[in-house]
Amino acid sequence: MGYPHTSHQRETAVLSQYFGDTEARTLDGWKKRGGYQALEKALGMTPADIVNVVKESGLRGRGGAGFPTGMKWSFMKPGDGKPHYLCCNADESEPGTFKDREIMRWTPHAVVEGCAIGAYAIGAEVAYIYIRGEFTEPIMWMERALQEAYAAGILGANAMGTGKRIDIYVHRGAGAYICGEETALMNSLEGRRGNPRIKPPFPAVAGVFGQPTTINNVETLAAVCPILMKGAEWYKGMCLSNPKSTGSKLYSVCGNIQYPGTYEVVMGFSFKDFLYDVCGGPVKGRKFKAVIPGGASVPIQTMEEAEATLMDYEGFIAQGSMLGSGGVIVIDDAQNMVRIIARLARFFAHESCAQCTQCREGTAWTTKILERIRDGQGTMEDLDTLMGIANNMTGTTICVLSDSCATPVISGIKKFRPEFEALIHGKRVHSVMAAVA
Amino acid sequence: MSTKNMGGLESPDMASHDSPGHETSYTPVFTGDVRKELDTLLTRYPTKMAALLPALWIIQREHGWVSENGMAEVAEVLDLTPAYVKGVVTFYTMYHQHPVGKYFIQVCTTSPCGVCGAEDVVKAFLQQTKAGELGVTSPDNKYTVIEVECLGACGFATPIMINEEFIESVTPDSVSTILARLP
Ligand SMILES: Cc1cc2nc3c(=O)[nH]c(=O)nc-3n(C[C@H](O)[C@H](O)[C@H](O)COP(=O)(O)O)c2cc1C
Ligand code: SF4
Ligand code: FES
Repeated sequence: MGYPHTSHQRETAVLSQYFGDTEARTLDGWKKRGGYQALEKALGMTPADIVNVVKESGLRGRGGAGFPTGMKWSFMKPGDGKPHYLCCNADESEPGTFKDREIMRWTPHAVVEGCAIGAYAIGAEVAYIYIRGEFTEPIMWMERALQEAYAAGILGANAMGTGKRIDIYVHRGAGAYICGEETALMNSLEGRRGNPRIKPPFPAVAGVFGQPTTINNVETLAAVCPILMKGAEWYKGMCLSNPKSTGSKLYSVCGNIQYPGTYEVVMGFSFKDFLYDVCGGPVKGRKFKAVIPGGASVPIQTMEEAEATLMDYEGFIAQGSMLGSGGVIVIDDAQNMVRIIARLARFFAHESCAQCTQCREGTAWTTKILERIRDGQGTMEDLDTLMGIANNMTGTTICVLSDSCATPVISGIKKFRPEFEALIHGKRVHSVMAAVA
Repeated sequence: MSTKNMGGLESPDMASHDSPGHETSYTPVFTGDVRKELDTLLTRYPTKMAALLPALWIIQREHGWVSENGMAEVAEVLDLTPAYVKGVVTFYTMYHQHPVGKYFIQVCTTSPCGVCGAEDVVKAFLQQTKAGELGVTSPDNKYTVIEVECLGACGFATPIMINEEFIESVTPDSVSTILARLP
């Protein structure tokens, strides 16, 4: 549902069904709503059968990259004699993204259950839920849910009386966006600086503590429970367009829009209807100007592109962007694009782990130049310099944070060039934000 | 992260609260019940080093910040070197390497909150706490205000944190009520 607003009839509430329902947070409440039946069912299946159902469902990673979850799980070899680990990625730091926070604080047991099923399916006895340090409330709810699950014998050395060991622990981050990148997360979990690692080796071969590891997003793992209960066919049926994108997806919507919140719609939903109908359209007296549909790292869309988009992995790409994390940032006609992009660049400069020269220097110089243009001190040459730096930052570094910083710069200059030029030529910018500055 | 040279980019929020602080005396943390708490944590991981972030959180909880002495104590209990611990501490922005005000106020100003007026919330806090500048503690030692990157609650602009408490949908008008409510 469109938490904190009431549910819209065109939403499909699978994961968000109990958002706002305080009873669903407790073990009793969760069980009354059908909780832990999926885990019970899973523990009666073989790991390979679970992986097959997930493969068949078409579920793809909800953390940003959209990698098929069943395939990722099939890289793990249960029973190879090594300890295996599952990491649940709850670092959620991508600007615009706040869906995992709602899952954890309203349905913490859905996460526990998803982690337990995932761990069993990949042959792991231990799962870590890595939660960003600022999420004090989600951490509290997750800890409470884990305590209840241990007390009820759902977790531990004899999970649900099956003789199988499943331990799940919360690990608190300490403020670093980059720790959401899977190899940085593993380093951080090991007690190191959160620097991403060079791949290969891939996590399934040598992950956390040097052992085979799978990293999945909170939403991905939570989605596994309904898939096991209702079946792959049901999940595949939630698709209005491209069969490569299946199921329902949570979108966290923010910025200049009537009803910001977390919404859930099926794959292939019309983005135009989503923005104008489901989320209530622009605030009174304003018009939408641009959308960043998948968190700060994906290309900015013009409204023309956004309105032509079908909301699935392929649909966003076809209209010049990406689904990413599902963090929809809406920008209206009172905003100045240069200001917004400059602030995003500052975010990436602040969060760069500084291992790679292109990223460390590139994010810093991009920020400097953009802020110069924002302050009316830029030149036309600066635009070429920015594009040059952006090209240098793309595809050249250990992780894609560097590319992510270049993305809004490239798409911004291409699609909203007049706003850059207006500032450079000292023209008055029609923008509330610029007037405030 | 905070210790690198951002190509000479000044980072006002970090300037003072990340510089190392000094203390005259230090009370060890990992004794009695807190030592037991650490021992329980150690059972969760195959290596001692993995308990580093949790151990640092405990130091900060007990002392309000992570001093050189605190880092040395953590190094000792986890069989690490103090230099190694410092290297890790400086990577993460949430460990205070300097004493901060009784109320450490973090306001998100990343673009999604920025387009909803987050900067005015920062201004209101700086004025009303008398801290005046980002990262500087107010004369009465009560408040330190910093800008923070996305807090993961962008639909509730503007989210802020005061110590461990997360507050959603803060506006310039609600700042005085929030401050008045602090004990
Ligand atoms: C800079 C960076 C930050 C990331 N942050 C997150 C994050 O906060 N949460 C998340 O689930 N994935 C994040 N990812 C993606 C992860 O690396 C990884 O692909 C994902 O957790 C895998 O889970 P999934 O297959 O279930 O999507 C990030 C990636 C990069 C490069
Ligand atoms: S691209 Fe940036 S964040 Fe990623 S590893 Fe290199 S320096 Fe670190
Ligand atoms: S941008 Fe402010 S919470 Fe995400």
